[in-house]
Amino acid sequence: MRNRPIDPSTVPGWGVDADPQNDPTYPMRDIARDDSRGMNWTRPPQQRARVEVLTSIEYNARPAVVGTSVPPRGVSGVIRRQAFRYSESQWAHWLMLMAADRVNVVEGVVDDLARGRVPNVPAEMGARAELAHNRSGLAAKLALTGAAIGLGILVTRLARAERR
Amino acid sequence: MNYRGPYRVRVDRKPIPVCEHVEDAVIRVTRTCVCGSDLHLYHGMVPDTRVGMTFGHEFTGVVEEVGSGVRNLAVGDHVLVPFNIACGRCHFCKQGLFGNCHEANAQATAVGGIYGYSHTAGGYDGGQAEYVRVPYADVGPCKIPETMDLDDAVLLTDVVPTGYQAAEMGGIQRGDTVVVFGAGPVGIMAARCAWLFGAGRVIVIDHVEYRLDFARRYCPAEVYNFRSIGDPVVFLKKTTDSLGADVCIDAVGGDAAGSALHTLMGTKLKLEGGSAVALHWAINSVKKGGIVSIVGVYGPTGNLIPIGNVLNKGITIRANQASVKRLLPKLIAHIEAGRLNPKELITHKVPLEEAADAYHLFSAKLDGCIKPVLVPPTARA
Repeated sequence: MRNRPIDPSTVPGWGVDADPQNDPTYPMRDIARDDSRGMNWTRPPQQRARVEVLTSIEYNARPAVVGTSVPPRGVSGVIRRQAFRYSESQWAHWLMLMAADRVNVVEGVVDDLARGRVPNVPAEMGARAELAHNRSGLAAKLALTGAAIGLGILVTRLARAERR
Repeated sequence: MNYRGPYRVRVDRKPIPVCEHVEDAVIRVTRTCVCGSDLHLYHGMVPDTRVGMTFGHEFTGVVEEVGSGVRNLAVGDHVLVPFNIACGRCHFCKQGLFGNCHEANAQATAVGGIYGYSHTAGGYDGGQAEYVRVPYADVGPCKIPETMDLDDAVLLTDVVPTGYQAAEMGGIQRGDTVVVFGAGPVGIMAARCAWLFGAGRVIVIDHVEYRLDFARRYCPAEVYNFRSIGDPVVFLKKTTDSLGADVCIDAVGGDAAGSALHTLMGTKLKLEGGSAVALHWAINSVKKGGIVSIVGVYGPTGNLIPIGNVLNKGITIRANQASVKRLLPKLIAHIEAGRLNPKELITHKVPLEEAADAYHLFSAKLDGCIKPVLVPPTARA
């Protein structure tokens, strides 16, 4: 029986952090006891960004440090720049970023091919792990994909025959 | 590690990062984990996740280089790095809310900076690499105690504090019934930590049997597979004298299974900020006046949340990214005292070069995977 009763007192450390004052309806505020409520602070030195960094329009000033991992570029970059004309409360902002992400995937493939590299998609999707630990699942997926492709070809041929 | 699109990652050569700010450090990674939150990125659910980005917000490493403004770290220190990038001096950091720093994320005000977690979280490359840039190096990194196992240390960067804070935000009182939705590493840790706050009963809900078995042993908790108990809300009400649980913890986030509608809207069409099934169940199965604690990650667009029930039931909802730095001293003490054994969560230790397989293994829940750790070649030499 998996769910046999559990005696809390047998659990190592039971109750060591119990605190009746931990009242989540009263969120933690101003634990530094700062009379200004911490509204002002000495800002860290500003990082000089060496690439384009899109910034939320909700900021008065850009945060002191910024990430520079993958600057916006290409068609997805154009969409991202448009997205950052809207605030974070606008669906347009997020949906445009999601659209840019999808465009970016295609750009990634094009970029690979342009560099003479054919992406090994099965390896990138962890095919080796699937083969080692889920052979039946892999076979089912391949069969399903084959059936879908076969169906697509059949429908296309029937449609062509119909047009003739 | 190089993200190429949904469900596609590979390992490539990239330039070694450099200090870009006076308070930066560059760290040579010794351990790095794949987090359940990384799977939301991997599944293409978090906006502004750009092709070419390196994920990884859970890592330990050796300091290789420090900027001119760094005082507390020296080259050669072995550190664990909290996943939050925090300046330590802004309005939020002063309140201990290191997960909400105002000086680390240009792209959004709603979330702080996080390593390797899309441009929505600042656009920083993460630690699933040999080297990583660490901003505000005086604030986040914590020297690993000499007696601490590296595998314990790397889990202190996210899993342990997030699980602990999930329980803390629940305001658990002695004897409370706590329900944790999700038996991933964070859910398991949240359930384990619920006991530290004096819970009287801890219940874990998931749909993957091996994860439930693990939670039953590790936490220990009562565990239920939602596919075999019918409606989980009805089940939980009936098992709590129809009152509902005192505290419900959502440790799932936007990848939740269990509802065709949310799966279609949230995970397939991405018209919701993820599938909010676990949050629905949490709100609907907590008692009136109870507390819902959310640490599962959701995307930023709208969700079909039963907000009317939140009002009618007088529920308190607390949610946040864990403020790792605030919790570290207490959690290190718990590990040293043997009250928490995080490294037992690690089921797979994989070379960094095999990141694609590790991601698939974790995402598809194969081979009993609870928590994979990646080890870079420079750490194996």
